[in-house]
Amino acid sequence: MSNTAWVATRKGLFELRYEADGWQIANISFLAEPVSMVMPAPTGQRMLAALSLGHFGTKVQGSDDGGATWTELATPTFPEQPAGAEGPAWKLQQIWSMERDSAGTIWAGTNPGGLFKSSDGALSWQLVESLWLRPERLEWMGGGSETPGIHSICLHPTNSAELLLGISCGGAWRTTDAGANWALRADGMSADFMPPERQMDQNIQDPHLIKRCEAAPDVLWAQHHCGIWRSGDNGASWQQIQAQPSSFGFAVAVHPQAPDTAWFAPAIKDEKRLPVDAALCVTRTRDGGKSFEALRTGLPQEHCYDLIYRHCLVVDETGQRLLMGSTTGKLWASDDGGDSWQTVSLYLPPIYALRFGA
Amino acid sequence: MPVMVRIVFTPQLRRFTDTPELDTEAGTVREALEAAFALNPRLRGYVLDDQGHLRANVVIFIDGRRLRELETLSDALQPGSVVHVLQALSGG
Repeated sequence: MSNTAWVATRKGLFELRYEADGWQIANISFLAEPVSMVMPAPTGQRMLAALSLGHFGTKVQGSDDGGATWTELATPTFPEQPAGAEGPAWKLQQIWSMERDSAGTIWAGTNPGGLFKSSDGALSWQLVESLWLRPERLEWMGGGSETPGIHSICLHPTNSAELLLGISCGGAWRTTDAGANWALRADGMSADFMPPERQMDQNIQDPHLIKRCEAAPDVLWAQHHCGIWRSGDNGASWQQIQAQPSSFGFAVAVHPQAPDTAWFAPAIKDEKRLPVDAALCVTRTRDGGKSFEALRTGLPQEHCYDLIYRHCLVVDETGQRLLMGSTTGKLWASDDGGDSWQTVSLYLPPIYALRFGA
Repeated sequence: MPVMVRIVFTPQLRRFTDTPELDTEAGTVREALEAAFALNPRLRGYVLDDQGHLRANVVIFIDGRRLRELETLSDALQPGSVVHVLQALSGG
């Protein structure tokens, strides 16, 4: 099981190590600075952290020694905005997702909806213009912020040229040629926040997070603004699934070996955004969404007002060890697939992202 | 017409990157900033956004007067002008 994990928060990056008595905070980097995303790396590869400095903008920091020391690297930068260009300003607001594919290319999803790539370990970045310049981008909307954002980058375990993106609110997009061409991949999702004639429009869907099963890459799970969807054909079609006590939420974690097993962190849809009955639970399906269990052991069951954001429920490579972090800085861990939870901390800053890995 | 001016950066920036305090010849605020960016190219992204505009939460004062041209940074400088690059107060 993974014995190292990272907690990106509003006030710094916390390294966790699993000790005899459970997860402990082992190190803090960038204390007091907002860290929007972290990308751990295997030994010998460069780890990255994305900072969102309140006054001075987005920055990328890299570490070649597992997070012990950091150096500022290049920041993704939009090219000059043509006069009269429609849509949001061509200005980087946040790095919301980062992944390294098996060919070594690093991909970064951002607000306001630009995808960037780096082939040199973040010494330089290139805007993926084949997506940014598509006319459909101008139909994307903000979801949770004023501008659209790319929050999900689903790599393909056997094909480094294939990526599937999740965008709030711009649906799901796939490339099979390393970003040269893109196609919408959200057929079957529906959006009740749109007028009736646009509810099935793939390009305005709001998947809050999309995750792929590592061992069965045709299986994708999406926690969408309007519920839960699953695809068994690599996103060609999506089927809606109902869960109790709620199908609303932001996060989804998928078992790396068992494509029918996934976890969610439900909340009341959608104006109130609180745990149902102020009692926190994780829902788990092990049969592809036909049924769900509400897992509550060890989680607060009264007066709990924590929300679990999209990057804040994660599972390790065994499918047994999970971490869940909240908007109010609470962190819980499970070693038994979510059956029971232990409190790691009640006093962290607001949590933006969790990642396992050295 | 370039004149000798001084440019000073908020000490808050030193947490992140080098902030040269320098006397330079410049006719506009942008020219003065470019002289500082030549000494530390990384500094540009802390002060200006992708489009070369002043960041929304950074403020510049010229001899005590707030910068007016937030996108072009074309405000003219006088001999001996002092340009202060500061954090804008936003929130409490």
